[in-house]
This record gives sequence, C-alpha cells and structure tokens, in this order.
Amino acid sequence: MSNSAISINGIGKRYLLGTGGGERYRLFRDAIANGVKGLFRNEKGQNNLQEFWALKDLSFDIEEGESVAIIGRNGAGKSTLLKILSQITSPTEGEARVRGRIASLLEVGTGFHPELSGRENIYLNAAILGMRRVEINNKFNAIVDFSEIGKFLDTPVKRYSSGMYIRLAFAVAAHLDPEILLVDEVLAVGDAVFQKRCLGKMKDVAKTGRTVLFVSHNMTAVQNLCQRAIWLDQGKVKIDGATSSVVFEYYKNAFSTETEGEWADMSTAPGNDQVRLRKVSIKTVDDPLQTSMTIQMPLVLEFEYWNLVQGSALNLTLAIYSDQGVCVFNTASNHEPVWHGKPFPKGLFRSSCYIPKDLLNDGFHTVTLLMVKNSAEVIYMKENALTFELIDNTPREWHGKWPGAVRPNLKWSTELINES
Amino acid sequence: MHTPKDPLSERVFKLKIIKARQGPVSVNFGELWEYRELFWFLALRDILIRYKQTVIGVGWAVIQPLATMIVFSAIFGGLAKLPSDGVPYPIFTFVALLPWQFFANSMQASSRSVVSNSTVVTKVYFPRLILPASAVISGVIDFLISFGILIGMMVWYKILPTENIIYLPFFLLLSFIAALAVGLWLSALIVEFRDFVYIVPFMVQVGQYLSPVAYAHSIVPEKWRLLYSLNPMVSVIDGFRWCLLGAAIPDWSGMIISSVSVLIIFVSGIFYFRKMEKTFADII
Repeated sequence: MSNSAISINGIGKRYLLGTGGGERYRLFRDAIANGVKGLFRNEKGQNNLQEFWALKDLSFDIEEGESVAIIGRNGAGKSTLLKILSQITSPTEGEARVRGRIASLLEVGTGFHPELSGRENIYLNAAILGMRRVEINNKFNAIVDFSEIGKFLDTPVKRYSSGMYIRLAFAVAAHLDPEILLVDEVLAVGDAVFQKRCLGKMKDVAKTGRTVLFVSHNMTAVQNLCQRAIWLDQGKVKIDGATSSVVFEYYKNAFSTETEGEWADMSTAPGNDQVRLRKVSIKTVDDPLQTSMTIQMPLVLEFEYWNLVQGSALNLTLAIYSDQGVCVFNTASNHEPVWHGKPFPKGLFRSSCYIPKDLLNDGFHTVTLLMVKNSAEVIYMKENALTFELIDNTPREWHGKWPGAVRPNLKWSTELINES
Repeated sequence: MHTPKDPLSERVFKLKIIKARQGPVSVNFGELWEYRELFWFLALRDILIRYKQTVIGVGWAVIQPLATMIVFSAIFGGLAKLPSDGVPYPIFTFVALLPWQFFANSMQASSRSVVSNSTVVTKVYFPRLILPASAVISGVIDFLISFGILIGMMVWYKILPTENIIYLPFFLLLSFIAALAVGLWLSALIVEFRDFVYIVPFMVQVGQYLSPVAYAHSIVPEKWRLLYSLNPMVSVIDGFRWCLLGAAIPDWSGMIISSVSVLIIFVSGIFYFRKMEKTFADII
C-alpha cells in the first residue's frame, strides 16, 4: 500500500446539464407538469439532459510533502477536482484516498455572519472548517494577532472594512494546520497584499513537510512554489511532470507567440483594396536577434504595409492586451513627426512604435492593429497581429506575479527627516 | 529527556476513501459525534442572530403566542364556544400553542437550513445532517419564553399541573423529533425543488387547523380519529394537555399511531436526506 498523501484512481465526475435555462435546481411545479405530460404522451422517461464529464478517468498520486500545481484553462476540471478532494461533492466514479486532514484556502470567510462579532465569527468559522473548541481556544490569540483587528474584536463584522474582513477570515484559515492544503487561487478574493499573504502562507506550509495542491493561472507563482505540475485539459491529465516543462508546454499550447509575420505576395496579403500588410514584427531595440524578451528591454513594433489609394492620410493605432484580456494601453501614430496628417502616395511604408523598457508587465501580450484613414475611418483591423511574451528575470522578494496591467519602474525616494 | 518532535510525526494520519456512493446510505454516527461541536456552534449562531436585536427578538417570542391565544380565545372560545375540557379556554389553547409553535418555528428553520447555508455547503465538508438538526434547537429559546408565560397564566388561573408532568420531557422530545422529521424532508426537497419554500408556510397554516390547537381532540368524530391521528403533532398536543392540565387522553391507540407516524417520517426523512445530500453542492 502506497504512502501517498493523495492517491487518485480513475476519478470521474459527471454533471447533467439541462438543455433549458441555466437553472440548476428545478421547480416542483415543472416536475409535476412534466410528469403529467409524460403520462399522456406515454414516452419512456425522456429527459432532455445532457451529460458533461468535468473529470474523466483521472489518476495520479501525490506524495507526502509534495507541492503540486494544477493548471489548465477555465473549465478544465481543476476546481471540481478540489471539490471532490475536500468532499464537497462526490465523484461519479473512481476513488480517491486521502491521508490526513485537508483544509483549503478557498474557504476563506465561509460561514461568516455579518451580525456576529469578530470573536463569535472566529469560533463559528473555525468550527465550520473543522477545528475543535480546545484547538480554537489555544489558537485564539494567535488568530487575533495575525488578523490585526485588535479592538474591533467585539464589533459585528458587518461594520468591518473589506480589508479587515478578509484579514480575519484568512487568519482563521491560516491557523487550520492541515496535513494537506488546497489552494484555489482562481477563487481567492482580495487585493495583492492578501494574495501575497496566501502565497506566503503556502510556502510556510510547504516548508514544514506538508502537502500542498495549488490551482492557479499565475504561472510565475506556480513555477516558484511547486516542483511538480499537472496540466488538466477537458477533465484529463494532459501532462504531469516538472513544473518548468509542463508550464512551457502549457504556454506553447495556450498561446503561440507570433513575433513576426511576412506576406511577400501583395494580392494574398492581409488587408483590402485600400491597404495591405507586408510585414509585422516585434523585437528588442538593442538586439534584433534576441529571441527572449524581458520586461527590462525596450521594444519596437514594426509594420510594413502598402498604401493602395493615392492621397489618403493614414494613421496606425495599436491596442496591447494582456493575457487576462485586459487592454493595457492604446496608442496611435498621431504624434509621428514626418508623415502624420499628410497625404500618402501609393507605395510601401514602414511604421514603427517604440515601447520603452519597464513599462509592460510580464506575461503574454497580444497586439491588435487598426489602420485609420483621415483620422476618422477605420479601414482595416487585424486582431492578434502579434503575440509576444515578456519574461521577468529580476531578482525578487516574493513569488507572485506583480498585479496590474503595467509594471513601470517609478522613481522613489526616502529621506530621514529626524533621527530620534 | 523530552525531545521536540515535528508536529506532523505525532499526528494520526487517517485514511479517507472518497468514492461514489451507491445504494441506500446509512448514517455515520461516529462522524456525527465527531462534529458535535459544530452542531452546537451552528445552533448557538442561529440563537444569537435571532436575539441580536434584543428588543424585537425576545419581544416577538412573547407577542406571537400571546396574540394567537387572544385571537383564538375570542373567536373559538368566545364566539364559537368550543368546549375546552373544563379549563378556561385561554389556557386550554395556550398549552397547545406551546408545542405547536415550537414545532412550526423549528420545522421552518430546519427546512430552510440547507439553502440558507448554501455558501457553506458549497465550500466545506461536514455531515450535512447537522444543518437541519441544529436549526431545530433555535426554537428552544422561544419555547422556554412561552413556557414562562404559561407558568404565569397557570398561577393566574390557579391551575396546578398534574403529576403527569413528569412525562412532559417525553412529549417535548417527540415534538423535537417531529420538527426534525419534517425539516429533514423539506430541507432536502427545497434544494431540489425551490418552490417548496412557498409551500412550507401554507403547510404550517393548514397544519395548525389539522391539529387540536384551537379545539379539543374529543370533538373529532369517532370514525375520523384514526386518520386524524396520523398527524404527528396530535399526540404531542394531547400529551401536553394531559401532562399540564390533566385532560383525558381521547384514545391511547391514536396516541401510539401518531407517535409511530413521527418515527416513520423521521427515519424515512434521514434516508431521503442522506440520499439527496451528495448532490446538494452541485444543484444548490
């Protein structure tokens, strides 16, 4: 018998999806109506439900003390897996063997009641999460200290700021002291500071030889915290292995970088009867042959295009999107000193846009290109004209991804005003 | 010498096997016992929340039975002149309102328990049976307050309880089980069929007239007695009148039928709840 902390054997979870509305629960009224209809139609239990396997034939073992990341797209079954392991929902087939107490950081604040005081909620929440009263009594002061709520301990939590609320909730979860910790970052709420605390806590837990299962979209954190990663795709294990190689494969599949494109034949090049693209590219300014780009490198985006209409004044607009689908910024060539506002003769042009270093955050980015005529009319748009990845290889103090769409290196200063 | 050990090495690693549940499911009493503290914490939470706004909270527990008693006394005692087994009508009906309102409040709290704790149900595991069971406890405080009023009324009307009062805990337990029995069925049904939420208050309203609250069991025609006794609250209310006022038990066979009916609803309720609970998190 293996000594694995978690041993998953052929787990499958089936959901039945009604073809009707999105309602998961039913109305008794409808059930009766359908039953009566069925009586008269004499059909045999025809139910218009569709099967959906959130997980299928899933098998893997996690050894005691391992930190394992579960990655995959939304709907790949990551959260369902955590729900099965924490016994919230039962699998349709297969079995999982779990050794030791499981706690999960997705339960932060579960069962908090706004009318109750901080003190009452600590007891209630801890009990819901599976702590004994003796245990809560022992850890009570530590929880209060960690949460920093101090004098508001006996105030109803409905009067707490959202920050205080989350701190208190996290403090309880952080003192669970489980053998196996499940973290679903996708569901984690709170600001960057809070997420940083979550990740810090995870690291502490992992250090003491406990088992950690980490569901995340944040590849930076995944790579820094877990030695092993399991990539779930459509409810199955796609790759299971060392984090760096799994993340590499995942990225290759999820986003294919397109840092260059060239169309030599004008008749088939993307575009229309007004403009056609000849070449698009993104590279670093200093070394055009460099293939990996970091956030500290200035970048240049180049677009070569044919103008097919004599005399139109062309403008280029770029929208840069992050891998979260957030538009990081929009930029237009209307400050370009030479050709902006002037009529373009027919011919081949090249426009370049320079992105300074220390502006974009790390991760994948896509570029949407718009070509505008006479500053008013969009004559051509190409989505995902370019896709590129920026790497962050600065030495860092914490392992999460920096939140935010941009990562500017701003000027800071500190001075001693008065020594006491 | 004591050597500090890694806390992990001292733990007993319990092996848990998670798999699909098939067939009828029995109750895991060991696990329920393990979670007994959560049971009390949840019951305490419900009580605390109910009385947080002290003035309204406790006030309501006094007003509800008193107002009902006054209305019943005026209409059924005064206008309809229903017989009241030889005791003043107000106290006759109040003794019945005591277990009835406990049943009605607790049963309603119990039926809502799973749905109103949906955020917990979808995020944490614990034996779900704890939810409807702990919700029933929250009605106990209201019951005690009403009981205090009853004592005051008995002093006022100079009525002494009979020696049968020693059996009162049994009937109290029976009403507790009755509330839980119906609560188990309804709490699981409400998860599955959300419109049962609207059916519950209606059931309470109709149930009050199908139970001997405003009238004596003895006015029910003989031929209907057996059917009437299937109502689980009939035995409880008859029992309360018997213990406190010394009223005659109309017929003991009805009493037994009613008690057995409570147990049947209770046991079947547990099985139905256990059958449904595995899908709670998926459909709630």
